[in-house]
Amino acid sequence: MKYSIFSLLRNSLNHHQGWQLAWRSPDPKPRYDVLIVGGGGHGLATAYYLAKECGIRSVAVLEKGWLGGGNTGRNTTIVRSNYLWDESAALYDHAVDLWHGLSQELNYNVMYSPRGLLHLAHSVHDMQEISRRGNSNHLNGIDAEFLDPRQVKEMVPFINLNCRYPVMGALLQRRGGTARHDAVAWGYARAADEMGVDIIQNCEVTGFRIDNGTVRGVETSRGFIGANKVGCVAAGHSSVLAGMAGLRLPLESFPLQALVSEPVKPVIDCVVMSNGVHAYISQSDKGELVIGASSDDYNSYTQRGGFNVIEDTIGAIVELYPIFSRMRILRQWGGVVDVTVDRSPLISRTSVRNLFFNCGWGTGGFKATPASGRVFAHSIAGEEMHSIAAPFSIDRFHSGALVDEGAAAAVAH
Amino acid sequence: MFLIDCPWCGVRDQQEFSCHGQAHIARPENPDQLSDDQWGDYVFFRDNPSGIHYERWVHSFGCRRWFNAVRDTSSDEFLGTYKPGEPPPVIAEKKGTGH
Repeated sequence: MKYSIFSLLRNSLNHHQGWQLAWRSPDPKPRYDVLIVGGGGHGLATAYYLAKECGIRSVAVLEKGWLGGGNTGRNTTIVRSNYLWDESAALYDHAVDLWHGLSQELNYNVMYSPRGLLHLAHSVHDMQEISRRGNSNHLNGIDAEFLDPRQVKEMVPFINLNCRYPVMGALLQRRGGTARHDAVAWGYARAADEMGVDIIQNCEVTGFRIDNGTVRGVETSRGFIGANKVGCVAAGHSSVLAGMAGLRLPLESFPLQALVSEPVKPVIDCVVMSNGVHAYISQSDKGELVIGASSDDYNSYTQRGGFNVIEDTIGAIVELYPIFSRMRILRQWGGVVDVTVDRSPLISRTSVRNLFFNCGWGTGGFKATPASGRVFAHSIAGEEMHSIAAPFSIDRFHSGALVDEGAAAAVAH
Repeated sequence: MFLIDCPWCGVRDQQEFSCHGQAHIARPENPDQLSDDQWGDYVFFRDNPSGIHYERWVHSFGCRRWFNAVRDTSSDEFLGTYKPGEPPPVIAEKKGTGH
């Protein structure tokens, strides 16, 4: 059913009893052309583009829990593409291009809101970093504007510019903003399902069947499922999954926390990030302040994280925005993020033929969801890796051709 | 919040410590003879288990000394701490940690 003002009116006449489920819940078939392991945004997007652009309709997405219940539903929904290096700029800006038309394309409102995104600079070093990155953005055709403190104050009138680490300037990407994370998973799921993709929830992969170095399918909690090709998009659990195939990935999994306040009337109409004091903030359409910071520093799969990180984050927020000092925090949660040493993702073939991995998105994968899915789909379907995906091969950790965003670009995502 | 048993000065609050990744990684003795693959493995690849993990911690806001810990990454439970140079305690892998 196409969602539109007419379907809304039609369904309102019969008290909204006529809405169909957004996707089926089929039993797994014995075999598919392509299996996607992981039903988060990136996995569902991969399935969608396989069906839509690569002509592969025999696709299943296997999810051990529920759709978008991992990092897709746990991030702070920020979208931007002002990365330093050409390889990253190509990848993340492709995502921003896709975000622009996504609600129309999926016929599902993902609430993409290019409300503008500020990176604050608090030191001479920060100023040099944003000018280097902003100039690099200009060379790659990505919008970036340099603001002085007065202009920052115009955008965020209640900011405390003369805080412990005074705000000296900011880098603004106007096309940056937010999107509704759950809707992204649901929109891709619904559109993929409509083209015949089977979405199978509560189906945990427990092993791979590999013959002569070629993957033949996966063992799951619902039995063996055969496949010509398998793409793994399991975020924080990618290392565990790779271990089942005898592979080792250059990843470590850390907790990354976020929190939201009680809802209030509109107070902040852009996203403000600060690497110097390490906190970022935006306001959801419900009115909650959405707050995030850095990951915890120890490996963990617990989806919790330590209280000291929350305390540091809130300290930075209150110093920058004293107006929020008496707001109450409603919820706090953690996700498990898979981090590479160069803070760039892995989109790669492996030493097992026809087994692909898309992971290592670390603390900033949500913004890339459409591009990640699209270039991964084309890489799985084609003979060669997609040109945007090629630099993100696992080979770079042996050749040394790293895409070193960790040291140079915004560490906060 | 963890309580961490620093082997140098006893049980303290987690906030005083920071973690610096996998322990017991020995620098290769013959780096000039290693292939790119072997060197890449040494520099960039780390264990990332959901379960028992041997790792390095430093008591940053305490005695500022390093030590090793063994911890279950699926529950965050500390199973032991020991000084550098000491052999790691033998921990029986628990079954069914949920991952």
